[in-house]
Amino acid sequence: MKEFISEIDKITSQYERKQAALLPILHFVQEKRGIISSESEKEIADYLGIPVVHVHEVVSFYHLFRQKPQGKCHFSVCQTTSCALLGAEEIITHFQQRLGIKPGETTADGKFSLNVVECLGACEIAPMMQCNEEYKGLLNKKKIDELIDQNR
Amino acid sequence: MQKILTRHFNQSDSHRLDFYLRDKGYEGARKALTQMTPAQVIDEIKKSNLRGLGGAGFATGTKWSFIPQSNPKPKYLVINADEGEPGTFKDKYILEQDPHALLEGIIVTCFAIGSHKAYVYIRGEYLKSIERVHGAIEEAKQKGFLGKGIMGTSFDLEIIVHQGAGAYICGEETALLESLEGKKGFPRLKPPFPAVVGLFGCPTVINNVETVSCVPPIILNGAEWYAKLGCERNGGNRIFCVSGHVKKPGIYELPLGTMLREIIYEHAGGIRDGHQLKAVVPGGISASILTANEIDVKMDFDSLKAVGSMAGSGGIIVMDETTCMVWAAMIAARFFAHESCGQCSPCREGSGWVYRNVKRIYHGEGRKHDVANLPGIVGNIGGNTICAFGDAVTMSVGSYVQKFRSEFEYHVSQGKCDLLLNLQESAR
Repeated sequence: MKEFISEIDKITSQYERKQAALLPILHFVQEKRGIISSESEKEIADYLGIPVVHVHEVVSFYHLFRQKPQGKCHFSVCQTTSCALLGAEEIITHFQQRLGIKPGETTADGKFSLNVVECLGACEIAPMMQCNEEYKGLLNKKKIDELIDQNR
Repeated sequence: MQKILTRHFNQSDSHRLDFYLRDKGYEGARKALTQMTPAQVIDEIKKSNLRGLGGAGFATGTKWSFIPQSNPKPKYLVINADEGEPGTFKDKYILEQDPHALLEGIIVTCFAIGSHKAYVYIRGEYLKSIERVHGAIEEAKQKGFLGKGIMGTSFDLEIIVHQGAGAYICGEETALLESLEGKKGFPRLKPPFPAVVGLFGCPTVINNVETVSCVPPIILNGAEWYAKLGCERNGGNRIFCVSGHVKKPGIYELPLGTMLREIIYEHAGGIRDGHQLKAVVPGGISASILTANEIDVKMDFDSLKAVGSMAGSGGIIVMDETTCMVWAAMIAARFFAHESCGQCSPCREGSGWVYRNVKRIYHGEGRKHDVANLPGIVGNIGGNTICAFGDAVTMSVGSYVQKFRSEFEYHVSQGKCDLLLNLQESAR
């Protein structure tokens, strides 16, 4: 982490206890490196002075932290009640058919990955999803086709 | 009807300080800091009947008064912006469109409890909210509303934004504290309560975004004014979130105690064309479901409790007659099974067991005793766990089985859904 140690120090300085900076440091490292690798876990553990198993336990507990790369265009489709009532199942099926992958998988060309998630707090635009980080709502098959075609 | 929380929404630049200052912005904080004592602020909030709008409905002023002022340790305010209760999306609007309302509320709250540092824990996916709150903090610092010697007084305050990382359980206040300390979100055993042993072992108040945003107008206009807006013991307005099978899903700021029927049919435009109401979840997925015959209920904490449900987070999920209640129960059970943190065995094992059971029934593979077993399985989770998540599984999934038992039994005995059959018959 030598390459961005000053930024990490700045994050850590906000907190009373060094370990409290773990989540923000993980977010930062993931943004820079795409994933949280075992090497990154070790570096962060050394930096914070905590056991590496503790870092790993946190990485695996929170679903926003990734240990394997995702597609360039990553879809996280909400499957919880409000979205389900308005057709989330159909949306997920359509994604699977169009991309030829199941939730949790990435296409062979690395362009797309699909994930099914629980409530994202945007039930007013159900059915909805995150396309990379952006919220997209009132989904239908046509919108999905357009998104896929744009990112091919 | 007077809008308070949403009065700035849908206007351009409503998130900017200039905009906020044009509407008595930070005047509530100025009044508290320069004309009132912390005890007077707490007293005013107590009298306003402001309740915790994150879900628990606890009296806010009372919560603040639990902070032991004789304790020499630093005190903290933690804002719970980890909005994740399915059916709920209100805090997002405040964070994005009126972040200064939250910051001003934080100033007053910290002044009241004697805290000089506040953390805003925002759910990891709410990137725009995080950006807006960061921006607002910078603006407020420049105007001298945050930092050392706020508004020329001797009061200092720093606010830190902390990004969550995608775990529903972190909305539980002690799990949130654990998460903020850099650990996985396992709820803490209580007592001790956070007011005594909270963040970093120090006295801590944890308040929801919407709750704290109500504080400045109360200080400015008085507790009596606020209390009168709501109903008995439930002061003010709240932002109801309506979603599902309604014509106009969205947020509606209305007084506590507004009738559920009115919210669904007048504000949210009623059920989508050609359909009728079947059931409604009144306060986020954790609340017991209500049947179409149970919607003549006042939407406040006490009235919903009296009918065996809860006001919760204000998330209203509406289902019409095309909804199979076994399927809806399965969706809820899947959510709980996915989000159980795994700390307590009744919840970790029970939530998965409930999901597998309901899933089997839904798919027509239900075993003879599956339906009869369900109340026992869900009933042994709630009350036997460290946090209220277990109670939510019991309350939520249990209510579908209790109120729509015949649908579950039909699925088992006939191996299919009776809903499709009924719909076809009614279409003839």
